[in-house]
Amino acid sequence: MKAQDALLGASRMKAWELALWLALLASPLALPTHALIINEIAIVALFAISLDLILGYSGIVSLGHAAFFGLGGYAAGLLAKHISPDPLTGLLLAAVVSALAGALMSLTVLRGNDLTRLMVTLGFALILYELANKLDWLTGGADGLQGVTMGPLLGRFEFDLFGRTAALYSLTVLLLVFLVLRRVVHSPYGATLMAIRDNRLRAMSIGIPVASRLASVYTLAAGIAGMAGALLTQTTGFASLDLFDIHRSADVMLMLVIGGTGWLYGGIFGAAVFKVMQDVLSNITPQYWTFWLGLFLVVLVMVGRERLVRPRSWFARGKTQEAR
Amino acid sequence: MSEREAQTTVLHAQQLVKRFGGITATDHVTLELKKGARHALIGPNGAGKTTLINLLTGVLPPTEGRIVLDGQDITDLPPHLRVQRGMVRTFQINQLFDSLSPLQTLALTVSRQQGLGARWWQKLGRNAQVMARCEQLLERFHLSEVMNQPTRVLPYGKRRLLEIAIALSCEPRVLLLDEPVAGVPAGEREELLQTVAALPADVSVLLIEHDMDLVFSFAKYMTVLVNGAVLTEGEPEAIANDERVKAVYLGHGTEATLEDGHG
Amino acid sequence: MLTILFDGIAYGMLLFILAVGLSVTMGLMNFINLAHGAFAMVGGYITVLLMQRLGLPFLLCLPAAFLGAALIGALLERTLYRPLYHRPHLDQVLFSIGLVFMAIASVDYFIGSTQQILQLPDWLKGRTELGSGAWQLGMGHYRLFIIAVCLALTVVLQFILSRTRFGSRLRASVDDQRVAAGLGINVNQVFLSTFAVGSGLAGLGGALGAEVLGLDPNFPLKFMVYFLIVVAVGGTSSISGPLLAALLLGIADVAGKYYIPKLGAFIVYTLMIVILVWRPQGLFVRQGGK
Repeated sequence: MKAQDALLGASRMKAWELALWLALLASPLALPTHALIINEIAIVALFAISLDLILGYSGIVSLGHAAFFGLGGYAAGLLAKHISPDPLTGLLLAAVVSALAGALMSLTVLRGNDLTRLMVTLGFALILYELANKLDWLTGGADGLQGVTMGPLLGRFEFDLFGRTAALYSLTVLLLVFLVLRRVVHSPYGATLMAIRDNRLRAMSIGIPVASRLASVYTLAAGIAGMAGALLTQTTGFASLDLFDIHRSADVMLMLVIGGTGWLYGGIFGAAVFKVMQDVLSNITPQYWTFWLGLFLVVLVMVGRERLVRPRSWFARGKTQEAR
Repeated sequence: MSEREAQTTVLHAQQLVKRFGGITATDHVTLELKKGARHALIGPNGAGKTTLINLLTGVLPPTEGRIVLDGQDITDLPPHLRVQRGMVRTFQINQLFDSLSPLQTLALTVSRQQGLGARWWQKLGRNAQVMARCEQLLERFHLSEVMNQPTRVLPYGKRRLLEIAIALSCEPRVLLLDEPVAGVPAGEREELLQTVAALPADVSVLLIEHDMDLVFSFAKYMTVLVNGAVLTEGEPEAIANDERVKAVYLGHGTEATLEDGHG
Repeated sequence: MLTILFDGIAYGMLLFILAVGLSVTMGLMNFINLAHGAFAMVGGYITVLLMQRLGLPFLLCLPAAFLGAALIGALLERTLYRPLYHRPHLDQVLFSIGLVFMAIASVDYFIGSTQQILQLPDWLKGRTELGSGAWQLGMGHYRLFIIAVCLALTVVLQFILSRTRFGSRLRASVDDQRVAAGLGINVNQVFLSTFAVGSGLAGLGGALGAEVLGLDPNFPLKFMVYFLIVVAVGGTSSISGPLLAALLLGIADVAGKYYIPKLGAFIVYTLMIVILVWRPQGLFVRQGGK
């Protein structure tokens, strides 16, 4: 059936994707000296694709996504310090805690216009920052949560000093979450999200329960962001206030924009490009990397986001015009 | 009892009032839509026709009055639940999903309609029943050749067809059409008119339209709305001959067409 | 307690002058401009530099701060902001964040990242105490000055808005751009002048606030949240809305930090979220307005 083929074909895993994932999973073994930065990239990539769910696919502008990143990070750290050093338990707890927070927050995010949403999401992250700061008996305050030592992964793989286990751990979590999210965005559920993003009024008018749909995706995205935060704490042994910082929320948004919103891989490519750029530029102009970042953003927006990113769309546009 | 009174009322707007600050956009409007109706809502620009549709569909909350669908009071029911009960509308200005293709749009609508909208683990194209219905609708609305193109690149005529197709893919029992041929070039109106005429007989249709040809060829009953209030209602013959209706259209340039259409 | 109230009012008035430009341009151009704080920073630095390098008296620096920020605002509006008015909000957020980053890094590079100390003229230093005991009111002279200047500005703004031709053109453009243009109002000019004045006011606020709020390259980011709170809570369809919101915010912040220092800014953020959830369009929305 023509229609069925068209839809299923678009959502099938392509050859280059398989190659990419194999390469990613092999990278900590192939480039052992870069294992630490690979780990970092995997973690922020996970964070970025969770933001893509709400920003790229559902159209919710959030400047406070780091709230969930930080919640997950601290939850995992506290669990490891006080109850159990098992990484997977910590990961699960972080996901649950952040998802719950997301469910709560989602009630506030549904109302109002873009500015209201921006403020409310930002406000939440700021509140958590302040709370983490003031509840220093629990969180270590400005000094952060120190000495988080993790037990072996799955009871067998110790976290080594070179970060190899850490990188493989993070990459595996990234892959598994990615596969699930891939399913989600190509499903009817995912299509209704995009419908809400494109035209909320029409989405409502075809029977989509907009509020509960957005609440559920916000909860999901929060849980995944929490997992990313947990990974960071677990692989660095440390959780600090800057998990909640505005910079984190802004940086992850930038990564997503660089890589392109609304196609999951945008988060992964954007994270890689951003981290590498940050590394390179920080070495050239250590203090003023923000200037170049700012300039990049200004140019990006002036030129037009769609024109610069998503090289695939260049080809797709060409095809469409021929078909007409 | 007249023939009309004997029919079942599917949608009943009872004394609907809508005020915005000092303006009364809808003034104690009562409207009964019968089962299988071909009911037209006409009136000069600014009469409040679209506002009434917005009230009926729940996009706007009424200041006063009640709305009853199939005997159930839906006045406080949120818009998406009214759609799930079978009341569907089209928009005067196309409300489409620009980044999605017609196929994706219809697939998601049909999936939602069949209760599959919340399925997150199954791929959109997997369900054969849904896909078959989509192919059917794409054929019917001449959208098959463009079914994989993002809606934003489609020409206006196709977009308008998609607008109506979306509404039909919701399997409506009550269909509210808001100026379906608005802005459609004369050559493409026929397609749309035929599709509107070919709607199943048990679907109750309320049509807002300015094109008097379409109105008189389609409608079996008409309500005339002026300044937010019902001026009169009745069968097309009676409306066309009504002096008050003619007076209202005087100066709007449609008086001549009113007579032509009726003839 | 009265002193707290007084300090809170001073802080609130200052926030109002800083944020009113943002509120008007948001209402007028529907543009989320997160770089607004940068204009305030510019005003502050102009004042500090003029005083330190050229020895200009404080009072002269204030109009200089206004003009400097206004000119830069006009230039940027014409060249960079104007093409972006119809872009989605996300693009505007990204763009203005980019501008802020560039501004902060530039100031850091050219002037350095240390806090700037502003030397107030002698007649502004000092304090007057009224009453006694629980009802004692301690008024810092500088804060009195701030309140006076801001009050005067507010009156002038309200006058311009409601009594002048420019004001009515502005209000028409806010209500409906297309109709205003159709009436022959040069909407581009209205945008340009409004943006310039708004930025100028921010610059003036930055100059006035340098002593009270501190001045360093991170000023725009530190205080951006407060400006946005004023706009989000106060709404964009009037001047009185942001004024009341700013006063509320100022008093809440000062009182909160004094009475419950452990929680500090937490109170303000929570209050904001509660208000925005209760009234998503802001506390003071005009009936039938935006």
